[in-house]
Amino acid sequence: MNRIRRALVAALAIGLAKPFAALAAWNKEAFGAKTPGDALKNLGVPSGAPSGELHIEAPQIAENGAVVPIEISSNIPGTTALIVLIEKNPFPLTARFDFKEGALPFVKVNVKMGETSDVRVIAEAGGKHFTASKEIKVTIGGCGG
Amino acid sequence: MAAGPMKMRATLGQGFTDVRVLMNHPMETGQRKDSDGKLVPMHFIQNLTVKVNGKLVVDAQISQAVSRNPVFSFRLKGGAKGDKIEVAWMDNKGESNSTEMALA
Repeated sequence: MNRIRRALVAALAIGLAKPFAALAAWNKEAFGAKTPGDALKNLGVPSGAPSGELHIEAPQIAENGAVVPIEISSNIPGTTALIVLIEKNPFPLTARFDFKEGALPFVKVNVKMGETSDVRVIAEAGGKHFTASKEIKVTIGGCGG
Repeated sequence: MAAGPMKMRATLGQGFTDVRVLMNHPMETGQRKDSDGKLVPMHFIQNLTVKVNGKLVVDAQISQAVSRNPVFSFRLKGGAKGDKIEVAWMDNKGESNSTEMALA
């Protein structure tokens, strides 16, 4: 009992010391999911309706899977989050960006891709979900390195 | 392999501000083997935040699939000279780093 209490107090102390404690915790279940479907289920997000207002800028062919530049932007009014899944990676969920007042729903990042795959983006806007995807061909995978 | 320095550049555009930030981080996936054939343990950034004048504007969770030494670009609404932009990250080992600058 005492040990449990001590562990709890220690955990609380660590929690207080961390500047990120107040923010959304890292969703271990969603990021640890091995299929896009399970990742979305753990995020509590539906797959969304296809939308032409969600843009993915990325090379059609990535020579080096370790560094694949992707740029995502949404013209859907009221977009508050963008979720990125690389469908064939061992752990498909790659990122979730929450945009608050003051930020535009735009992000550019380099990602790793194990093999040729669809990159799927899901946007959250006013409680609704929208999706778009783009296939990127990979010549040399970037996960096993 | 601890956190190296971060670099940030912010450019004032027409009605928006582009923020580009570079972080030094190995972003180990846990799948790569070292020269002895042993798996290198996972070590990657999990949380990333962008604040403007102390106000949270981007709150991100990322996976090990983000490339080594990540570079992110974000776009902020508006922006004025002197706005303080702060970017911070924390990884799966609890290490963290942050950088800040004033818009010029």
